Amino acid sequence: MNRALLTGDEAVARGAWEAGCRFAAAYPGTPSTEILESLATYPDVYCEWSVNEKVALEAAIGASLAGVRSLAVMKHVGLNVAADPLFSAAYIGVRGGLVIVTADDPGMHSSQNEQDNRFYGLMAKIPVLCPADSQEAKDFIKSAYIISEQFDIPVLLRLTTRIAHSASVVGLEDRAETAPPNYEKQLQKTVLLPAFARLRHRELILRFDRLQAFTEKTPLNRIEWGNPELGIICDGVAYQYAREVFPDASFLKLGMVYPFPAGLVRQFAERVRRLAVIEEVDPFIELQVRALGLTVTGKDTLPRTGELTPAIIRAVFGQQISEHKAEIDLPNRPPALCPGCPHLGLFYALQRQNIIIGGDIGCYTLGALPPHNGLDTCIDMGASITFAHGVDKALANQDPRSRIAVIGDSTFFHSGITGLLNVVYNQSNVITIIADNRTTGMTGHQDHPGTGRTLMGKETVAIDLEQLCRACGITEVVRVDPYLIKETRNTIRRLLNIKKPAVVISQRSCALISARPGAPKKVDAEICSGCRSCLALGCPALSFEQEKALIISTACIGCGMCVEICPKGAIL
Amino acid sequence: MNLLVCGVGGQGVLLFSDILAQLALTAGLDVKKSEVHGMAQRGGSVTSHIRWGEKIHSPLIEEGTADIIVAFELLEAVRYLHFLAPAGWLIYDPLTIAPLPVQLGLVEQIASEELEKRIQNRLKKSLAVRAFDTARTLGNPRVQNTVMLGAVSRLLEFPDDLYYQTIKQLVKPQFVEANILAFRRGQELVSK
Repeated sequence: MNRALLTGDEAVARGAWEAGCRFAAAYPGTPSTEILESLATYPDVYCEWSVNEKVALEAAIGASLAGVRSLAVMKHVGLNVAADPLFSAAYIGVRGGLVIVTADDPGMHSSQNEQDNRFYGLMAKIPVLCPADSQEAKDFIKSAYIISEQFDIPVLLRLTTRIAHSASVVGLEDRAETAPPNYEKQLQKTVLLPAFARLRHRELILRFDRLQAFTEKTPLNRIEWGNPELGIICDGVAYQYAREVFPDASFLKLGMVYPFPAGLVRQFAERVRRLAVIEEVDPFIELQVRALGLTVTGKDTLPRTGELTPAIIRAVFGQQISEHKAEIDLPNRPPALCPGCPHLGLFYALQRQNIIIGGDIGCYTLGALPPHNGLDTCIDMGASITFAHGVDKALANQDPRSRIAVIGDSTFFHSGITGLLNVVYNQSNVITIIADNRTTGMTGHQDHPGTGRTLMGKETVAIDLEQLCRACGITEVVRVDPYLIKETRNTIRRLLNIKKPAVVISQRSCALISARPGAPKKVDAEICSGCRSCLALGCPALSFEQEKALIISTACIGCGMCVEICPKGAIL
Repeated sequence: MNLLVCGVGGQGVLLFSDILAQLALTAGLDVKKSEVHGMAQRGGSVTSHIRWGEKIHSPLIEEGTADIIVAFELLEAVRYLHFLAPAGWLIYDPLTIAPLPVQLGLVEQIASEELEKRIQNRLKKSLAVRAFDTARTLGNPRVQNTVMLGAVSRLLEFPDDLYYQTIKQLVKPQFVEANILAFRRGQELVSK
């Protein structure tokens, strides 16, 4: 068998392809993005960037009911967006297998929270599988399709960042032949009118009881007997850490964490002296172990936030850890907007204005940091506009500060449009600025409805943001180039004074995907007065040495924004 | 083998670790590699953990257990020193790239001499490799990572052919030659 080094994301894609998956939909989100990027390189599987996660899951439900194996992929918070169809999908069931991949982000490497999506299994009454490396990621998705079809239920495959973005060795197999598409109307199964839905819920409980018997027997859950002194129950990457810290202990490794294999856990607990649950973030397994009346060590000692590491586990269990300490006085190196990033010009234009700014999810969330301090919030996808609306209604005339929303183009398509409609319908004085960099920047430049290209590389209709906003009922829609800072600032100031909903489309391609606008700029040290005003742009190509501004020529892309803001004309 | 690579987003840390991990796989070993993409790549601090051997469980290297740390930048070298095992090697490029808060004058930079002194005080086995400067004299600063790879190859036991084969496998065809040249130059920077 051929072996390859695959990340967990790439292994999920490989597994879906080997399982004969023919339809896959996702919205990009770290750490899940690479799954669809990878799957789109395989033949005979339709892949798309959907407009958001709810759309992706609903479309996957459609494909499943049309009889093909389907996949919906999202990051953990994306499943909140898709939660509505998730619960209905559990009632309805499947025709072709339906697998939903959620990639959770313990430690919040690139997310606004670290929610534990294993709990969705409990709430929606669907099985949850948690792989512990790339081989399992591939194997489990194939098992997930079999379970989905055998029990007529969608299956949740839960990765974490450490599984999604770690690479390990995977054995490659061929693609399975699956049945051709075949749609049949099944009124009582798929129309969730209350009368039918009541039947479906009862029927879901029956399916769930059969799954309960399955989880006790499936090889997805396995006992590895070692020294009976300590028995450890764990899942996902925590299993790998625990194996490393306790090479001789006994393990109950759960691949299917829900439905919970209570019988297997009891059997394991009876034969070990001390029982521990090692899992990341929330006590999902532990709560269910405790519900059996068993005595167990878990989150009473292990941290309830952030990722685990072998060293954290060692410290909690009283093992010796390295005495070497990290140097604590080093300057941090936080992520920053890129040299020549169009968002820099926009945030500079927003400085020193009397405004309240709702922020959103994307690279531009970094505009909340110095030197811009340009956002008041980052809540969830689309919340910039709706936050500003709520603030406006609450403050009314009590506060002179104008209400502004800053939202990226991809985020606007994802869930900004409904918020904008609400602003128009309920008439709030919100200025919505769409930071339109013609791509989904943060996750690595994925296409979206505004780019005119699909995930599979086909030309398509490019949605015109200006027309879209006008169709939403906004009469003041103005396009600006954020590289022209004064013009951008003047436009925003003018709109702040008209006291009605307006949209500014701040349009300029992401600096990482467009051609360099010019040759690197230079500072004339004779003219530079050392006033530091250029540093307020926050451009990583600008520095300050020996009381003068300095442009790092290897970083500068020649955008010219600093030329415009230098009060002395010292940058050429 | 526990090998930790660190640097600044955009320096080519991820390609460097892809090449090493693939190489260990081709050599028939079990391999795990862990890194974080996304927010971390916007000029932030970037690390990659690579482990190979008979059987590897954890994708993460524990503090105090790295056999080798490869640092593409001086401040990042010092940031991850505590990962090194007592008998481990640090290979670092003495290049410094100021973090944005330092550039903006919000945070004080620590002088290079002070950072180098901390390395000397803490470690017995460290090696400065001017990979970025070497890459620049080769006419392409982007091959800093393969210069570094050449230097690191002196501490590992894989044959040279395996490096060439893996570079060909993972680097775009038009850049293979430049990267192999950079690899050889990196080897020359470190005596056997």
